[in-house]
Amino acid sequence: MEQKKLYESQQLALWYFWTAFILLGAQLIFGLIAAYQFVNPDFLYGALNFMTNRMLHINALVVWLLMGFIGGIYWFLPLETGREVVGIKLGKLAYFALVGAVAVVVLVYLLKQIGTADYFTMWFITEGREYIEAPRWADIGIVAVALIVAYNVIATTLASKRITGILGVLIIDLAALFGLYLAGMFFTPNISIDQYFWWWVVHLWVEATWEVLVGVLMGWLLMHLLGTPRKIIEAWLYVEVMLVFGTGILGLGHHYYWIGTPEYWLGIGGFFSAMEPLPLVAMVVHAVYDAGVHKLKTVNIPALFWAFAQAFGNLFGAGVWGFMHTLPQINLFSHGTQMAPAHGHLAFFGAYMAANVALFYFALGQSRVKEGYVLNGFPWKLAYVGLIIGIVGMVGALTVAGFAQTMIERATLGSTWEAYITAQEHPWMVSAYSWRLLFGFVFFVAYIVLMYDLITAGKRVEELKRIEEARVAG
Amino acid sequence: MSIGWLEVVVATVLISLVVSVILGRGKGWLEPDFWKIAAIITSSVMTITLILLTFHSLNAISVGSKRVPSPTVINKEIGYVYNADRRAMEPVIGKADVGLFGKVWSGEEASKILEEGKLAIQSRNCMDCHTLLGNGAYYAPDLTKAWLDPKWEKQIMPVTNAKSKEEAMRTWIINPDKFPTWVRKMPNLKLSEEEATAIVAYLKWMSAIDTNGFPANFPEVKVAQ
Repeated sequence: MEQKKLYESQQLALWYFWTAFILLGAQLIFGLIAAYQFVNPDFLYGALNFMTNRMLHINALVVWLLMGFIGGIYWFLPLETGREVVGIKLGKLAYFALVGAVAVVVLVYLLKQIGTADYFTMWFITEGREYIEAPRWADIGIVAVALIVAYNVIATTLASKRITGILGVLIIDLAALFGLYLAGMFFTPNISIDQYFWWWVVHLWVEATWEVLVGVLMGWLLMHLLGTPRKIIEAWLYVEVMLVFGTGILGLGHHYYWIGTPEYWLGIGGFFSAMEPLPLVAMVVHAVYDAGVHKLKTVNIPALFWAFAQAFGNLFGAGVWGFMHTLPQINLFSHGTQMAPAHGHLAFFGAYMAANVALFYFALGQSRVKEGYVLNGFPWKLAYVGLIIGIVGMVGALTVAGFAQTMIERATLGSTWEAYITAQEHPWMVSAYSWRLLFGFVFFVAYIVLMYDLITAGKRVEELKRIEEARVAG
Repeated sequence: MSIGWLEVVVATVLISLVVSVILGRGKGWLEPDFWKIAAIITSSVMTITLILLTFHSLNAISVGSKRVPSPTVINKEIGYVYNADRRAMEPVIGKADVGLFGKVWSGEEASKILEEGKLAIQSRNCMDCHTLLGNGAYYAPDLTKAWLDPKWEKQIMPVTNAKSKEEAMRTWIINPDKFPTWVRKMPNLKLSEEEATAIVAYLKWMSAIDTNGFPANFPEVKVAQ
């Protein structure tokens, strides 16, 4: 009945998980401020403008998800290789470097906000390119941290003298993921070339390498959570890789419709991006079948349910909401409208936030809950339902807004400045922004409940067990 | 060289399929090894295709190409009209040099001001409220064809007392808080006159990029060719 001893690497994973979770809170706060500015544009106008809140909202998103993934890697790596991670000291150093760098970048974002038209701004304040606004010095820091993580994975694998299929996929995927980040580290006056490679980072991360990384982490999770045999996990993982890279790499073309690039991207991007939901369907089949085979028997109920939320959320958010506006005939009108954030919110929640929360709960179960106990309770259910209602509400509102904007501004009035204003003043858009704000609050409250559960669930599990044992004995 | 999308799609899918099946022969389709081969082959075929297409695309969008005109295009009149053959709107470039801010810019001057314009756009995080080529945030209008927007002449020129469109644009983006157009006011981004000039030049250049008809249904702007 003793608690399992954790590897040092898993302790480091817990640091990453908690930091990620706190940054998620920051993401939600800046998201709420930005959402409120849609309703009341004078709020913090001139002090903390929309652009700064929005930048912090999406940058916090990228960083916390990556930190959660790195935590996931550090959690499972010793389990997979059967040994402590080789460069664990270096790994810890990288963690502190990353946290320090994030703190400095955020402070500069908040206090300085903008720079002047020169290379100093690009290097030290902001690069002003959506999602990868971080200044160049921080880019280099991120690459250094990434290299350390990659080194630790490779060196530990080599030291264990055994490479599994999952590790092979992980190593290749990490190399691609971190290598792609370099594509975002340059300046060019040519905006078409700028956006061409900007999408190599943004799309080939979230629609290719991140999907595979999540496939690896969820594979490990199912293996440890349900006891799914390695052979099945690895076969599925290869199918995932084939489908994700097979559709996602040229699916990149759906971002090349309107940035100046040649017309063949309309067809290539349209075809392959329309196929991108295929691996997501496969993931749902895999998760549901495995859970069914094992009769839902697990010692960690919340982790299993978050894994389900991941499978379905990914399919609906990335797959269905992405498919809705991926064909060029539709995208010509919906591109750059609220359809994009509708898709973005559900996709990031489903594919990546849910995966991370599943990992948090799994680590919680293994680090705080003694063997023979089942991690369950009431608060996680409240958080689970609250977060899902919150995200579905926000996405529903944004979808209505996106539909109205597409029809009014783009299709009817022709995308001018005045057309933009006319559409934004339409009741379908105005009320949608209020609904989004309301459900944003629901989401935030559920986040607090989730935090409460993550902090206290370990203790409560033991109490439940004591009560149960006393009842049986008495 | 013209590349047909259908040929690319059919070729990449067929090559991935055929090579995977040939290399995986003898292995049962439920074995991980079969799918490992399929994953490696498919990913490689797609990556190689992307790299090849990238060479072609970069050439097609290099500065001075048909799709991304040379910087001196800021001296020309720029229009945006419907092309029935392409079934899409496309930019048209006037013949005569009309200049910008009362002068005709040399190639070197134009390149320099456009580089500064892009730096100004990035330093002010324009993309975190506006969209450029449709990408960015959604809090403010798309700027792809902002140079051609009728509002500058109709509304902004009178309120800024400007004599030309470019002057009106420059005055407005330096002091957007003084000339609000609706409830969401653009904040004052402390642009210098030079930076604002550079941004206006950049918006003009961007409006000349061939974006395959995006945005659609935009009011036509005709120029004498």
